Amino acid sequence: MLQDRLIKAFSEGLEISKDLVTDELSFQGIQEWDSVGHMTLIASLESEFDIMFDTDDVIDLSSVAVAKKILEKYGVGPF
Amino acid sequence: MLHSSLTLQEQVNDVYEMAKAEKREHLELELNRLTRRHYECCRPYNSILSARGYSPEDTKSLEDIPFLPVRLFKTNKLSSVVDEDIIKVLTSSGTTGQQVSRIYLDKETALLQSSALIRIMQNFLGKKRLPMLVIDHASVIKDRNSFSARGAGIRGMANFGADLTYVLRDEDMSLDFEVLEAFLKKHKGSPILIFGFTFMVWEYFVQPLLNAGKSPDLSQAILIHSGGWKKLIEKAVSNETFKATLKQAARIERVHNFYGMVEQVGSVFVECNHGNLHTPAHADILIRSEKDWTVLPPGDEGLIQVLSALPHSYPGHSLLTEDRGILLGEDDCTCGLKGKYFKVLGRIAQAEARGCSDTHDRTEAA
Repeated sequence: MLQDRLIKAFSEGLEISKDLVTDELSFQGIQEWDSVGHMTLIASLESEFDIMFDTDDVIDLSSVAVAKKILEKYGVGPF
Repeated sequence: MLHSSLTLQEQVNDVYEMAKAEKREHLELELNRLTRRHYECCRPYNSILSARGYSPEDTKSLEDIPFLPVRLFKTNKLSSVVDEDIIKVLTSSGTTGQQVSRIYLDKETALLQSSALIRIMQNFLGKKRLPMLVIDHASVIKDRNSFSARGAGIRGMANFGADLTYVLRDEDMSLDFEVLEAFLKKHKGSPILIFGFTFMVWEYFVQPLLNAGKSPDLSQAILIHSGGWKKLIEKAVSNETFKATLKQAARIERVHNFYGMVEQVGSVFVECNHGNLHTPAHADILIRSEKDWTVLPPGDEGLIQVLSALPHSYPGHSLLTEDRGILLGEDDCTCGLKGKYFKVLGRIAQAEARGCSDTHDRTEAA
């Protein structure tokens, strides 16, 4: 399921428990999702869904909820 | 008076499009706002400005915005936000024993920096992210809570890259030819981004390639580099030599240096296709006399003052650097980009002498 894959990509990219991955989870909201975590998160999402974000989207991707919207632009979803 | 209400974000978005009259209006508004903000929120800044006779009612023209010497960030904790709001502390690169600058970022300032850097770099790299080769070793970003200038630079540039690959070995900074060749094979035919610090690119990338007699085809690459020319000037390597050697060693023809500092991340001045550094819409420079700090006209050499609308969490919006430079003009560079365009000539002699001797003298900066 798409939702599971999204949770997996976040959990692996940020090295956090799957329970923490909710729509509200946001950039700088937890220690693990800082600018370094963001780099690995982007790589994790891209490899899970086999896409490549544009630079604008890398910056805009500031929460799990926003990530879903952005992923839809790349043909992943709807969630 | 300001006729249109332009947000800071809109100004950032304009990058190299905004003509000087409009830019001055918006920048003066933002910089005066920041001076007031830091005067109210940062106690040491308040003391310094009070001693200079500043009053928060004052509205200053660009040339009269108070400026701090950049080294003040080495000796004082200058923050305009409560500690709980600080999400990152940036430090300058300093050799052992030297005091380093500490720059306190809150979320708002960090986001402004990222988005400004994106607008600037998109102009040279496009919106598509490119496979990215970093001329450094991976452990340079391992302490995630306190970044060195090098770490911060790489983190910032990483937003433009995909398949981020560090090409130097952790142990001894030697060039890993296997990693390099695998990366080039994987991305054959596609444009790639190479990022590194000027001296590192020269010493740990170009030299090993020349010594090994290897000349990989990197004609698709765009090299972005920064960090200053001090070490290369000592080796008598000019920007022209640097570029010519890159072309010879790896067929790299698109090379952009940028001038920036950890005290103003996000306000970087990138070298255009015609070899000049440019100010983006949200930042500016002034050249000041080393004798009396008066503002000098284009063509005169002096100290570089950097102004930026981004620093909200620390009073770093107007800084006198220890770099010498020369203003060449504004809005009329032959490359077509707007903004002031200039050259950096190197560090002032005094700063070099201090860097090599005792750097624990606090009195001079206080």
